[in-house]
Amino acid sequence: MSVAVRPRMLRGAKMTYEIEHLRALESEAIHVIREVAAELERGVILFSGGKDSAVVLHLARKAFWPGALPFPVLHVDTGHNFPEVLAYRDRMVGAAGARLIVASVQESIDRGRVVEEGGPRSSRNRLQSVTLLDAIEEHDFKAAFGGARRDEERARAKERILSFRDDFGQWDPKRQRPELWNLYNGFIKPGEHVRVFPLSNWTELDVWRYVSRERIPLPSIYFAHEREVFRRDGMLYATSDFIELLDGEEPFTESVRFRTVGDMSCTGAVRSTATTLEQVVAEIAATRITERGETRADDRISEAAMEDRKKEGYF
Amino acid sequence: MALIGASTNGRPLAARPSELVRFATAGSVDDGKSTLIGRLLYDTKSIFEDQLEHVERTSLQRGDGYVNLALLTDGLRAEREQGITIDVAYRYFETPRRKFIIADTPGHPQYTRNMVTGASTADLALILVDARNGVAEQTRRHAFIASLLRIPHLVLCVNKMDLVDFDQEMFERICADFSGWAARLEVTDVTFIPISALHGDNVVERSERMAWYDGPSLLYHLEHVHVASDRNLVDARFPVQWVVRPMSDEHHDYRGYTGQVASGVFRVGDDVVVLPSGLETRVAGIETYDGPVEEAFPPLSVTLLLEDDLDVSRGDMICRPHNRPIEAREVEAMVCWMSGRPLQPAGRYRIKHTTRTALAKADELRYRIDVNTLHRHEDASGLSLNEIGRLRLRLSSPLFLDEYRRNRTTGSFILIDESTNDTVGAGMVL
Repeated sequence: MSVAVRPRMLRGAKMTYEIEHLRALESEAIHVIREVAAELERGVILFSGGKDSAVVLHLARKAFWPGALPFPVLHVDTGHNFPEVLAYRDRMVGAAGARLIVASVQESIDRGRVVEEGGPRSSRNRLQSVTLLDAIEEHDFKAAFGGARRDEERARAKERILSFRDDFGQWDPKRQRPELWNLYNGFIKPGEHVRVFPLSNWTELDVWRYVSRERIPLPSIYFAHEREVFRRDGMLYATSDFIELLDGEEPFTESVRFRTVGDMSCTGAVRSTATTLEQVVAEIAATRITERGETRADDRISEAAMEDRKKEGYF
Repeated sequence: MALIGASTNGRPLAARPSELVRFATAGSVDDGKSTLIGRLLYDTKSIFEDQLEHVERTSLQRGDGYVNLALLTDGLRAEREQGITIDVAYRYFETPRRKFIIADTPGHPQYTRNMVTGASTADLALILVDARNGVAEQTRRHAFIASLLRIPHLVLCVNKMDLVDFDQEMFERICADFSGWAARLEVTDVTFIPISALHGDNVVERSERMAWYDGPSLLYHLEHVHVASDRNLVDARFPVQWVVRPMSDEHHDYRGYTGQVASGVFRVGDDVVVLPSGLETRVAGIETYDGPVEEAFPPLSVTLLLEDDLDVSRGDMICRPHNRPIEAREVEAMVCWMSGRPLQPAGRYRIKHTTRTALAKADELRYRIDVNTLHRHEDASGLSLNEIGRLRLRLSSPLFLDEYRRNRTTGSFILIDESTNDTVGAGMVL
């Protein structure tokens, strides 16, 4: 048990029960996960291999320990993965003793559910929503846990911890249920489901501090490594079979790390020499640019890119 | 550009423990609320360059003529297009001492429900008034809601002091006016701070332009206000959330009762009683994934092990034999109505209290309270969206209640519409 929650003696016999903020956030997240497990059937953890989903998986293990995780884990596979992340996913899901379900964007394309975008700037990011909703419908999941945080993006700042999706998987920002105290309303109708965001009140720095304190393993791409990259729209991208280079784009080798894990075709890298968790935390604490602004091309499309995708059923 | 002034607050690194403080802000755009939040975020280095660039770009496109910090808090397209805030937005910033969660709620009367929502978890309420206008109707409304929700600390920021020449008398008149109103409410701790959010006076640093003011800056107050003892550490209450029964070889006879401590302190060896069965036993152990602990207190999520093998399930309440909540079949409560479908006389709703859900029938509406004047309308026939009233509810099965004034966790509940599943009411037990 962490020293941080040990009660301190304060003047005479009076006890104060101070609690450090990460412990408070952890307790809140565990409460949310257990409430949803108790009130909704068939939950599933959405796992991308990114740090946020790794924290959600870790918290879910804590919530039911020493019992088994009462949910399977779902990976929406764009087919454009960093190879390191797939190996990491299998290791983590194995360690949690959970069942892994893979929903493949390639399969959605092959079945004619979605059409691949063309051109060198194409991405499978938006197509994921259809694959995700199909998987939720196929397995009849009622609650899907995700690692989204309110500090990530302006539309997310207004989203509830339990976020309702109608029959079409859509988010309606004007019809959200108020969330009071620690009381969550998990009642839904057939066909509807709930997205659950236990990390809503965490910031990027909180996630990194927690990963560091809990020693949660992360994919190697989060740490500085030499990689072949190229520059586009002011961001660095890894070269891969999934991206066509435009005229004038020259690959070069650089020491980089990734701040988020997404589709290889739209996830940018940052220059870094941070090879340990402590060094990464120090860099994040000093940075002046948000993780999405720095590394996610998918949010740059329009003023309300995230809001629009969320309404369509995105994570 | 509105942002002047340097920060003295860096962000803490890895392992430095800091306390979590939640506060709700209320006030309209005209009071400079968005500017104040923008300044707190900016001066604590919580706004990132790309966010600021975005705001600058959008301000330019809209022809605002200045860097409109309101754009930082208006997240949704409808809000930006209409220049309104329709919902509670949550913002985060931290200093080396504390991490803050701001529940930013709009000030208009039609958004009372949003303020109630933001206030429900707040340790502190920050209310803004414009120094030129003094205490307005909405100031009184916000103070009433803060007291109804029993937010332990209230801060009245008298903003735009620069527009009244930093006049001490003006400030003191507003304080006296507000104190007169607050005396009619159950407010215990009020702090008055004269500020200029636009210029940063008394926001982060003490202002040299108000030498007559000898109190703290707003940020200093937020960092130092004592919140740890606002929790109820007296009445031990543990609503059972989920029963862990691994039935594995390693944990064959393990039965753990998980939950978040609502109030009080539980220690290994404590005598406890489980409600509703009334069976008594002792705490055999308190467990977490990280190992056993000697005691648990709010808001920790833990697992209790009991000495005897009792039949305990979700919705049960574990407490001490000589300090029990009321086992209620009827409840008197102040209820804020949160739905466009009004409260129906004799209407039937689901009621969720701690981890227990029952059915509730609206037996009698005693009165509706005018949130601006505190007048009680005893002839009220229903409650519409954003209205607050005193209600008697009859319950299908007992709930284990405490008075809200004593216990914000075991004294609160929500009402859920059976046909739409919407959360329609927020209740505080009297």
